[in-house]
Formats: sequence, structure tokens, C-alpha cells
Amino acid sequence: MREVLGVFLDVVNGLVHCLWLSVTRKYHSKPYQRERTWDHLSWVGADSLPIVSIISGCTGIILALQAAMQLEKVGALSYVANLVGFSIVTELGPLLTALILAGRAGAAFTAEIATMKISEEVDALSVMGIDPIRFLVWPKFAAMLVMTPLLTLWADFVGIMAGGIFSATALGLSGKVYFEQTATFLQVSDVMSGLVKSAAFGMAITLISCTQGLLAREGAADVGRRTTMAVVQSIFVMILLDLFFTALNYILR
Amino acid sequence: MQQKGRFFAPEIVLQNVTVGYGDRTVLENITTVLPAGKISVILGGSGCGKSTLLRNILGLVSLKSGTIRLGDVDLYGMTDQEAMAMRRRLGVLFQDGALLGSMPLGQNVAMPLREHTALDEGMIEEVVRMKLKLVGLEPFVHYFPRQLSGGMRKRAGLARAMALDPAILLCDEPTSGLDPITSADLDQLILELKATFPMTIVVVTHDLDSLFTIADFVVVLDKGKMLFQGSLEALKINTDPFIVRFLGRMPTRESRVIAGGAGVGGRASLASPPETTLT
Repeated sequence: MREVLGVFLDVVNGLVHCLWLSVTRKYHSKPYQRERTWDHLSWVGADSLPIVSIISGCTGIILALQAAMQLEKVGALSYVANLVGFSIVTELGPLLTALILAGRAGAAFTAEIATMKISEEVDALSVMGIDPIRFLVWPKFAAMLVMTPLLTLWADFVGIMAGGIFSATALGLSGKVYFEQTATFLQVSDVMSGLVKSAAFGMAITLISCTQGLLAREGAADVGRRTTMAVVQSIFVMILLDLFFTALNYILR
Repeated sequence: MQQKGRFFAPEIVLQNVTVGYGDRTVLENITTVLPAGKISVILGGSGCGKSTLLRNILGLVSLKSGTIRLGDVDLYGMTDQEAMAMRRRLGVLFQDGALLGSMPLGQNVAMPLREHTALDEGMIEEVVRMKLKLVGLEPFVHYFPRQLSGGMRKRAGLARAMALDPAILLCDEPTSGLDPITSADLDQLILELKATFPMTIVVVTHDLDSLFTIADFVVVLDKGKMLFQGSLEALKINTDPFIVRFLGRMPTRESRVIAGGAGVGGRASLASPPETTLT
């Protein structure tokens, strides 16, 4: 436990140091490091777009269907828009995006760093005078911090659109009514609370995944074990953070 | 700080170095001076603590007690930033090369240059080609580590270790897992590097052929304790039972006979070391 905490604090400390150097412009990253960050931004962000789109689109349709089943009974079908919009923006958009990233990016981060740790590549970086946190963790952290909220925003958009298109075509609800209802009901603060949540999820996934990777000791089995632990812990922490932010939102509303 | 004293191939001074994890002691009270500009071989069986000693010299493992000095510089008495700066003067060849698998060979060798120098890309490319030529891998500059054999990966690791013209070169079991001819080639390469560049070289190994080919100074470890330090000649006439057994490559039962003082039974003559594969 002490070792886990030690490595976790090393990672946090290293990232805060990197952030401080970047903000104060005391450190000018070399072109090859900027290239690594761009690679991660592209891999975490652009490459996740198809799966995020499919899942959030399906979720929008599922929510519209579920809502329609109940609201039809009371003749309030137009409220489908409220339900879909609010659920997607405040809860399911951030959560599903983060779940996809925990499975897709987080697991890859852990496996990559754990393999590098076992094959002494992390030690090699240290002895070359290259800070492994700055070289390995910082580009991942930056990419996740930027891309998780952006992907969430995209998931919100796709979810609402899919719900709207489905409602218009299958439920007989006018598209104009659906989108007008969404625009009047949803507030900017709802979207913002989802985005804040998603940024926290992104940070948690990176911290947990990279810490687990750096804790790997020996053997391929340890890489698998650490990757599993990273995904499970990420999901667990995400749910706790979700609970915290939702409760905070409720208190501050 | 690196300019202070003689950091140009400095001697490595270990004083009462004790290392352990929890209750387990891995190295106990090691005191030795690895001479400047020479090849020191740290010899010992598997799990005797020799790799830990190497990691101590790199500052990767914390000490329980004792000090390690590289020239005038106390390795464990400096800040993290000073240690990072200090490591630029160390070149390390890890057991399997430890090349970054996501980058081709040229990029691997270029990494320390990009990180620590202000050279432009053209110049870096030139230096990379030079370093790869040094180890005979110039045509493989665009190959990824997974496309190379074990011996080539080690040579590439050596090229990367040499990228910044280090004052100290540390090699962790450079010949392990290699066939005798490739091992002999690698030993020859280490000798050539020593002859060409002013460096203190430390090689951790249990390969006797390597030992007899490259060593100027030998430290023998067993179960975390130092059994011997001195020249190769002194090692050959040492009568410690472990060393006799180790150098004679004797099976346990016969070594017990030797340890009992019989001194016969077909063991190899210590005066004549095993022939190396190098011709």
C-alpha cells in the first residue's frame, strides 16, 4: 500500500511540476515531446470519435424509447426531448465517454507503461536524464484533460441528435418541437457540470492507469493484472466522482 | 559540478554500501574503488546482488547506509535535478538493451542528444549515424528494436549509451543470452570503446569468457557480500571456495571436495583460465 501511494504521489508531483513549468513557461518542450503530445491528442481524441459516436447515438435512441414508453401513457410525448437532453448532458454523456476512454486509452496507457517498466525502458529513460513522468505520463495527461471534455461535448451532441432523429422518424414527434424543447429546457450550467465531471474523470483515469503501469514489477502476467486493476479502479473512482459531483450539483442548484 | 575534480573518466568509490528492501539485505557493507579509466567487472552468480550494485551506481536504488562517489561527486548527496544532470555523464547498457520499442533505432540513439543538446536535426542525424557505425549497425538506422536480434539490440543499446560520450559506461550482463561468437564480438567492442574513449567502464556479468577478456579489475560478490576485489591475476590464485568453484565451473559435489582441501578431482587449473572464444 505504501508503495502504491508512493508511486501515485510521485506521478502527481511530477505532473504538478510539469504543469507549473508549462504555465510559467520556464520549460520549452522539445519538438519531439510536442510531437508525442500531438500523437496522444490524436489517438485519444480523433481515434475515439467513431466508438463514442456509435455508443452515444445508441444511448440517445434508447433514452428516447424508454421515455416514450412512459410519457405516451400520460400524453406528454414532447417531454422526451427534456429527458433525453438532460440525461445525456448531465450524466450519460460524461460517464459513457469516460467508460470508453478507461477501456480504450486507460488500459493502453497501463499496458504500455507496464511493459516499458518490465523491459527496463523506464529505467533507461531515468538514466538518460529524461524524467519518465514528463516523457511518458504528461502527454497522456494533457491529451486526456483536453480530449475527455471535447469528446463528451461531441457525445452530448450526437446523443441529442440521434434521440431527435429517432423521435421524429419513429415516434411521430415533430423534429422542430423536439429541438425547441431541448433548447429551452437545457441550460448552459447543465452542460458545464457535465464537462467539469468529464475533465475529472479524464484526470482520474490517467492518474490511475499510469500509476498502475509504473507499479508493474515482472512478467507478462503482471502487465495483464495491472491493466485489469487500472480499468476496474478507474471505473470505481469514476462512479465515486460522479456521485460527488452530482451531490455537489444538487446542493449548489 | 561535473567539471569539479576529475570527472573525466572518474573513479567510482563505494564506502560501506548496504542495500536492502524491508528486512532483506541485498548488499552488505561493500567498500571498493573501481579504478578510473579501466574496465571493472562485477562478478557473481545469479541473485548475488550485482545488478543491484549497478543500479546503486546509477542512483536508481536508495542505500540503507554508506556512500557512493563518482570522482568528487557524492551520488546520494545531491538534489533530484543535480542527479538528472549527473546522469547525462553516465552511459548504460541494460540487459536486453532497453531500447524504446515504439521508436526506430536512429530515434532511440537520438533521444539523449535531443534531450540534452541544442544540436539541430541534421547534426543529430550525423552523430546518430556515427554512433551506430561505431557498433556496426549503421545500415539498421530505420529498423525497430523488435526487428533486430538480441546481439544487435545490445549493440544498439551500447550506441545509445555512447550517444553523449559518457564519462562512465555501465553494462548489465552484456553477453547474457548471446551465442559465444556474438558474446566475443561484444567483448571486443567494449575493449575497443575503452581504447578509443576515456571512460571508466563497469561490467556486471557471470560470463567467465568475458571476465578473462575484458577485466582490469574484478569485484566478486556472493550472497550480497564482497568476497574479492583486485586484479585478474590475484583472482586466479585466490583460494576462496566459492571463487574456486565459480572459476572452475565445478559441480557442487566436487567443489565440496575442493573446499575440504583435496584440490584434485579434475578441476580446471586456476593458473590457466578457460579459453575465450575470442581469437
